[in-house]
Amino acid sequence: MRTALSWRGDVLVAALAFVALAVPAFALGVSSVHDFAVRFAIFGLLAMSLNLLIGTTGLVSFGHAAFFGSGAYAFGLLMQSGGWSVPAAILAAMAFTAVLALAIGTLCVRLSEIYFAFLTLAFQMLIHSLVISWVSLTGGDQGLMGGVPKPPFLGIDLGDARHLAMFSAFCLLVSVVALRQIVRSPFGAALRMLRDNPERAAFVGLSIFRYRLAAFVIAGTFAGLAGVLMSLYVSGAFPTFLYWTTSGEAIFMIMLGGITVFLGPLVGTAIFLVLNDRITNITEHHGLVMGSILLVLVLGLRKGLLDFVVDAWRERQEKRT
Amino acid sequence: MRGGRLELQGLRRTFGGVVATDNVSLDFAAGSLSAIIGPNGAGKTTLFHLISGRVKPTSGRVLLDGKDVTGLDRQDIVRHGVGRAFQVANLFPSFTVAESLAAAILTHEGCTASLLRAFPPADVAARAAEVMELCGLHDLADVTSKHLSHGDQKLLDIALALALDPKVLLLDEPTAGMGPEERWRMIERVHRLWEARRMTLVFIEHDMDIVFRIAETVRVLRYGAVLAQGTPEEVRRNPAVIKAYLGAEHALDGDAA
Repeated sequence: MRTALSWRGDVLVAALAFVALAVPAFALGVSSVHDFAVRFAIFGLLAMSLNLLIGTTGLVSFGHAAFFGSGAYAFGLLMQSGGWSVPAAILAAMAFTAVLALAIGTLCVRLSEIYFAFLTLAFQMLIHSLVISWVSLTGGDQGLMGGVPKPPFLGIDLGDARHLAMFSAFCLLVSVVALRQIVRSPFGAALRMLRDNPERAAFVGLSIFRYRLAAFVIAGTFAGLAGVLMSLYVSGAFPTFLYWTTSGEAIFMIMLGGITVFLGPLVGTAIFLVLNDRITNITEHHGLVMGSILLVLVLGLRKGLLDFVVDAWRERQEKRT
Repeated sequence: MRGGRLELQGLRRTFGGVVATDNVSLDFAAGSLSAIIGPNGAGKTTLFHLISGRVKPTSGRVLLDGKDVTGLDRQDIVRHGVGRAFQVANLFPSFTVAESLAAAILTHEGCTASLLRAFPPADVAARAAEVMELCGLHDLADVTSKHLSHGDQKLLDIALALALDPKVLLLDEPTAGMGPEERWRMIERVHRLWEARRMTLVFIEHDMDIVFRIAETVRVLRYGAVLAQGTPEEVRRNPAVIKAYLGAEHALDGDAA
């Protein structure tokens, strides 16, 4: 019973959020709002999927953008090849990233901590070089040129900025509901056991390898979906999608928002995008400013913003009782 | 689940040139309560590592109810029914007591692959409550593991192993780091658990008063090898044990001279 209720509760909240977004987006028709909604959905999904590894499973991956970029390229190439409908190509691109994550994860998740981080980084650089050098398929460092065709389906025309914004928001909300259920299911409990104490988890009978691998594949698949949205947004795919700086940005967003609160990465994404836009308008040295902010956060708060707020709120509650 | 018979046959483990476990052959009868004693560095914890699969033996065999479990992975040995608790409490810091036990039970039943239910499912939570009742942890159900006192952490560590309903339960110094009174409370609790479940219980202990009071049989290790074994009385009369380990204090009268 509780399960069914909690499921429905999440879906209800997500549906309300969707309506709350959809009505003003259609009414306003301001393109900058649409742009922001799409980018928020893309990077929010990337950060949320990465936090399944970092926050829930305790695996710090530096190569998460490999799956983001692969999803974008797979989707772009499928659509350019013709004969694929958008939903079919999305599912195929996600399946492709899942298989890629399975292959890379099998080699990476046996290692722990710093070795895991470095190996994921290495695989990402490998895929990046592959995309750069395979010019005939990927367009090399020019990226996937010529646009990504978006034939309408079910009355949704992703060539229309409003439709794309709503579709991206829809994908984000569905993914967030799914991720939330994953985190609080028995499977999610197993992942948290691995984060807390992998050795003890093994001594109560948990396979460290299988569960880490499963988390890696799930996170990679959702990152692939984020990549698909990115490919739809820019109507192409570029090597920067799977460069390590993209992974770094996703980690930055998680650190901004906080890793222990489920929606922390989304808050981080919003802050990151707003800051990034504002700062790029003001100065060329936006890296310097962003770096300083991260420094203040790491040295000052020692946790993400939402972590900080929730912890402070809990402390107040405890003092009252 | 009732106790299982645990047999060690010629277990040997070397680390470089150091022989940590030297040809250890021991037999723990089903449902027995045994203590392992020995000076520091005698290889007591290494022996537990070898049984529980944390360390693979160089040679020799571990049999559970006649079945060879030597060299299996940790989680497979747990599934065969060998649970263990640790010298330093080995917990899931962010889980509450109730969540820790529910997670252990779910894992043991192989139900952690479920994505559609909420954690913890009601039936598992009820069984976790039973284990808490048995261990006297029910008042602390909603306390986060990292906020427990030292003694309660040790108790939860044992409860985690117990939640798996093991045939053989290995306790590595259940009273380590406790004051005298707390020690007795702990060991009485352990004794009651054993009486309630009748699993084969093997514990490492340094407090000889505790060992000689509750253990049915005592095994003495020194330099990785078995020095002596028998009932507490036999061990206390054994001149080699007195000389190597006990000293005159715990020897039975008339034999120490």
